[in-house]
Amino acid sequence: MKGERWLWVLTVLSLLLMLGAVFMALVQAPPAANVRTETERYTQRIIYFHVPSAWVGFLAFFVTMVASVGYLVRRERAWDVVALSSVEVGVAFTTAVLVTGSIWAKTAWNTWWTWDPRLTTSAITWVIYLAYLMLRGAVEDPEQEARFASVYGIVGFTSVPITFMAIRWWRTIHPVLFDTSGAGLSPNMLSAFLFCLGAFTVLYGTLLWHRVRLEFLADEVRALRRQLNL
Amino acid sequence: MRPLRQLGAIVWKDISAELRTKEMFSSMFVFVFLAIVVFNFAFELRVDNVRQVAPGILWVAFSFAGVLGLNRSFILEKDRGCLEGLLLSPLDRSLVYFAKVLSNLLFMLVVEALALPIFTALFNLPLLRLDLGLVVLLGTLGFAGVGTLFSAMVVNTRAREVLLPVLLFPIVTPVLIASVKLTGGLLDGESLSAMGHWLRLLGAFDAIFLAVSYMTFDYVVEE
Amino acid sequence: MIEARGIVKAFGDHVVLRGLDLTVAEGEFLALVGPNGAGKTTLMRILATLSRPTRGQARIAGLDLRTQGQEVRRRIGLVSHQPLLYGDLSAEENLRFYARLYGLRDADQRIHALLEQVGLGARRTSLVRTFSRGMQQRLAIARAILHDPPVLLLDEPDTGLDPHAAERLQALLDELATRGRTVLMTTHQLERGLRMASRIAVLAGGRIAFEAATGALSPQALRRQYDEAILEAGAR
Repeated sequence: MKGERWLWVLTVLSLLLMLGAVFMALVQAPPAANVRTETERYTQRIIYFHVPSAWVGFLAFFVTMVASVGYLVRRERAWDVVALSSVEVGVAFTTAVLVTGSIWAKTAWNTWWTWDPRLTTSAITWVIYLAYLMLRGAVEDPEQEARFASVYGIVGFTSVPITFMAIRWWRTIHPVLFDTSGAGLSPNMLSAFLFCLGAFTVLYGTLLWHRVRLEFLADEVRALRRQLNL
Repeated sequence: MRPLRQLGAIVWKDISAELRTKEMFSSMFVFVFLAIVVFNFAFELRVDNVRQVAPGILWVAFSFAGVLGLNRSFILEKDRGCLEGLLLSPLDRSLVYFAKVLSNLLFMLVVEALALPIFTALFNLPLLRLDLGLVVLLGTLGFAGVGTLFSAMVVNTRAREVLLPVLLFPIVTPVLIASVKLTGGLLDGESLSAMGHWLRLLGAFDAIFLAVSYMTFDYVVEE
Repeated sequence: MIEARGIVKAFGDHVVLRGLDLTVAEGEFLALVGPNGAGKTTLMRILATLSRPTRGQARIAGLDLRTQGQEVRRRIGLVSHQPLLYGDLSAEENLRFYARLYGLRDADQRIHALLEQVGLGARRTSLVRTFSRGMQQRLAIARAILHDPPVLLLDEPDTGLDPHAAERLQALLDELATRGRTVLMTTHQLERGLRMASRIAVLAGGRIAFEAATGALSPQALRRQYDEAILEAGAR
């Protein structure tokens, strides 16, 4: 694959940015004002990782949808590789969303799970893309696999906004336990937040590129295997 | 109109074949009945107010029976290569999609229509009403719309019984939520117009996903 | 009548057809022979519009397969390994269903006549599920010519039949199906191909390796060409 040097540059860059993000989130950003306990003041900082992870998950699945449409139209392997890679990276980040959300919920409201619309939608989205990976594994013919996955990628992403709306309406009739909107962010917090958002996005790009490269290498191995009749 | 006639031919063929064996229909119906009975025992022991869990039980039962029917419908087409017979004929492939949605919808509605009186009797709830019928129709349509697309994919895999629910349920979550909400509301005495937003959500889901499925079905059955 | 140019079909990394060219003139009967996995069925599926080629174009009756698929389907009939029939419906019901799909009006008479001709008149109300494979394939022929297509595609229709049933099927094809039509048939059996067709072609290495009229070709000569073509394809 071309541009490998740039990949390593990007990798180092995202490592530095993530270190910076950790610094911004844990040290630089001012503590939250409207929280009651010491614990909560610390755990509120999870927002700098939780929300960017959610954003990256959403971005990843959007990229998958675009790549899926691209594959169905152009039928080139590259589109399918990007779709698959983006799902894998997206699932990883969405897992992070669910885990960080649980941790926050436990410390703030003493419950591991909350039916907050955003968290619930993330959970359902997580399942959708796990199902995507299951579907890919279950189809034998590689061309069929790519086609089916593309269709599911499109349908899956389309369902996310509607699911979010449905869950939000559903929730308003349930007793409201809390509100994870994290309240307003003061300007200093905002800069830390935006930095983390940027760092996470760069990290997504790096991971995506690595995964895509890996898949192309795997393709080469498969082709070589076939030539040598192994 | 020719396409309408072709669509009718496919739906009629599905109905005739099913009337002969009644396999799909009977397994779906027995399943719904069993599900209702099992849930009745599972919840009744802890909950006094049946009215609260009834909508959920109803829709879970319908969903799982629906998955059975959806799978079976395409398995029958795979047998002896019949799906290819359909694809070989001079019709728009998307017509095959709509015909299959219609057949699946009809089968599910028949099963649901038979299940509702039983449900009414077992739980002593007023379920036989027109506005509930509308909710059931819209909910089932959304389910069948996406389900038909996915079952066409899944029939090509080995793990089809497991894979279809795994693919389908997260996507049709809005349908389940809206249908349960509407059913519950109707049982609580609210009118359909008061819950207009849920009805509109259901309608929007049906319209959007029928459209998306219609557009992508061709990519699923081509090779 | 059938024209294929530069057909490439790849399944992932596995390339089955590598730039295949084929022409079948109107009224001609072309037999296509080749080893297992050569791509005979793949080619048939592409010509029947059931499969899309990775590259290349094909036309049937002057109509492009990719853009005028529906019109093409009206003009072709396919008999393949699978009968494409509904087991839970009777022979009659199956044909009536297909008649409606093809937009044939008042087809009952034609259906009855066809059922008699393929020797299934007595079993017309029996469910296809109860038919032997030979009977199913005979019904499949009826299905394929129901709408009187000018082009007939036969993909090893004698697969899974005992010699007697295969002979019967071949006789049926000879007298009923192939007259006056353009026919492309794939088969394993060189002799049968030589006997039934006016031209014969060998598919090996993803391309047409050899092609000739059957009139002057002896079975031994064909056999030689066949073996050579396969050797060459294997070496590449």
